[in-house]
Amino acid sequence: MAVVRTFLYLLVYPGILFLFVYSTFCEWYDRKVYARLQNRMGPTHTGRFGILQPIADFFKLMAKEDVVPEAADKGLFNVLPAISLAVVTTAGLLLPVWNFDLAGPNWTSFSGDIIVMLYLLSLPTLILFLAAWSSTNLFSTIGGARVLTMLFGYEVPLFLAVLSPAILADSWRLAEIAAFYQAKPLLLIVNIVGFVVAVIAVQAKLERTPFDIPHAETEIVGGTLTEYSGKKLALFRLTIDIEMVVASGLLAAVFLGGFPGGPFVGLLHFIVKTLFVIFLLSLIRAMTSRIRIDQVVSFAWKVLAPLAVLQLLATILLKGFLS
Amino acid sequence: MKFQIPIGPQHPALKEPISLRMTVEGEVITDADIRLGYNHRGVEKVAEGKNYIQNIYLTERICGICSHSHSTCFVQGVEKLMELEPPKRGMYIRYLVSELERIHSHLLWLGVAGHEAGFDSFFMYVWRDREIVMDLLEMITGNRVHYAINTVGGVRRDLDEAQKAKILEGVATLRKRSEYYLDLGANEPSFVARIAGVGLLSLEQVISLCAVGPTARASGWDRDVRKEDPYAVYDELDFEVATADTCDVLGRVVVRIKEVLEAYKMIEQMMKNLPDGDIACKAPRKAKPGEVVSRYEAPRGENIHYIKANGTDKPERLKVRAPTLGNYPATVEMLKNGFIADIPLIFAAIDPCICCAERAVTLVSARTGEESVVSTAELRKLALARTKNAPVKRNAVWPL
Repeated sequence: MAVVRTFLYLLVYPGILFLFVYSTFCEWYDRKVYARLQNRMGPTHTGRFGILQPIADFFKLMAKEDVVPEAADKGLFNVLPAISLAVVTTAGLLLPVWNFDLAGPNWTSFSGDIIVMLYLLSLPTLILFLAAWSSTNLFSTIGGARVLTMLFGYEVPLFLAVLSPAILADSWRLAEIAAFYQAKPLLLIVNIVGFVVAVIAVQAKLERTPFDIPHAETEIVGGTLTEYSGKKLALFRLTIDIEMVVASGLLAAVFLGGFPGGPFVGLLHFIVKTLFVIFLLSLIRAMTSRIRIDQVVSFAWKVLAPLAVLQLLATILLKGFLS
Repeated sequence: MKFQIPIGPQHPALKEPISLRMTVEGEVITDADIRLGYNHRGVEKVAEGKNYIQNIYLTERICGICSHSHSTCFVQGVEKLMELEPPKRGMYIRYLVSELERIHSHLLWLGVAGHEAGFDSFFMYVWRDREIVMDLLEMITGNRVHYAINTVGGVRRDLDEAQKAKILEGVATLRKRSEYYLDLGANEPSFVARIAGVGLLSLEQVISLCAVGPTARASGWDRDVRKEDPYAVYDELDFEVATADTCDVLGRVVVRIKEVLEAYKMIEQMMKNLPDGDIACKAPRKAKPGEVVSRYEAPRGENIHYIKANGTDKPERLKVRAPTLGNYPATVEMLKNGFIADIPLIFAAIDPCICCAERAVTLVSARTGEESVVSTAELRKLALARTKNAPVKRNAVWPL
């Protein structure tokens, strides 16, 4: 019975099936919001309000011809999409939506899972770089270099911003951090700077405008994913969708008070809060233009990092004051 | 790490085929090279076999955006050759379409610039409003792209009062929106961060490299054929030449939006002062022997048509110098020392119309540098011989 439960956990809920359905819904939501902000309709045809469009896109890509460049490092090139999907799905399992039992830490909710989650979310970036490098295309290579350059910019502010609420909550476990802020919701206001920094850093991590530099189509064609097609491209796109859900879930857990109220109400909280974060991400995407790679790095170190440090400082001082 | 990246002939940033080869070190461009000739159609040769009326429609098809510029430039020249005095009302309608076309071209460019900078919201908003002017053009001429309103000696369609009212209404809406875009284009922080100080071209370089149009005006070189050699109705209109002194892409954005605002002003004046009378006069079929140079301020800059007549109903020679060609040497200078990320922006900032500029091709042997002239049939044979059974090149180095 335990084996069946584990399988259901991994494959159906909250495993790959749920994440697939929910992340495609989030992609639709993101596309629709983005389109409406631009005075366009967005997807309309597939399903009601075009809600099935991302799923249709996914299956269409699955059926497309899959080309592997001759000069590519074939092993890496073929295996990376699957690995990146596995990594973000694993990160999804760690969200405190389905691990609301505070008393019993288990293999998906343990002290330090926030760190594991942050690292699992960093891995897809490295995988994108490897994918770009192994496809040996000129545009991919430039894209890969840009992925890494950007990583050096936003990674530190993101870690600082996400970890400072954890310091205040005095725990490295997501469920406990969320529970702490559910008990004292006023303390969430303290972390508002960190939330802003984290949203911007997540935008950069997901490579969306103004940080869509690694795949800026008018500059370097498809960038990192230029040579990817068919199934592999579908997997990469799904990876990015799930990464968006997981990253916004992480922000919701840490900055927006988590997902109280058991399995069903908690899920509702999860959906509302992630959609709110995704709305912010879409808003940034619609309001800005792509900036240059050097501007990203200087912005991250001159604005984001000091703000994150400020947040950390404020948290530490408040903690001393409270105790 | 030094390598060459090919931008084009096929590239998402380019709407038409051209080859830009960039030598880059990291993200910085050290050298740029432009290769033309992918879009040559032999328009000038075709023009020699058609009569003057047919040529209006041929020259209109030189460009898909400033189609009216080319046909007007041609018709102006032919009218000068035939010593015609077209009626004033016809002239007003012709240059009304010119100004509307300038608005549509500049709005189109503005959207493209937004897209090249990754500012897709700007792109969508501007193109939504461009539909207003496209609808006006369709209402006046019957067509959205190739208006076909010009004829030798005037225009082919008249305006009525209802249409005049609609034009004024559309222009009023557009003016409000354009002012907003001027504010957005010059002040939105992430957009300005991308375009300010990018693609610098000093006034001295503008003069020595013969840049034209908004590219030149953005560097403070206030040359405009409409002002310094006013043709047809432009000496009766009150307008200013829009300039900027920032010498960069930001300046080119500002100049274009200001020009659009000037165009609204001109359209309102033309609507107010539209004279009564005929819209066209009768033109002879043949032109006396002679030659003429016709200048016209197209949205992209100065457009020049040279027409040589030999007494028949066909021109002996038609030479077209599109403004984009005049801007190529300046583009190479602008691209140097820029970032890879700036290539599409800098190149788009001259508002390149590649098919306008492709007036000639030369066959140059890549190995010896020898030039040759061959017929199409021979060229085809050569191409087949070259590609037949040729092995796929691995790690081929692109010969410079």
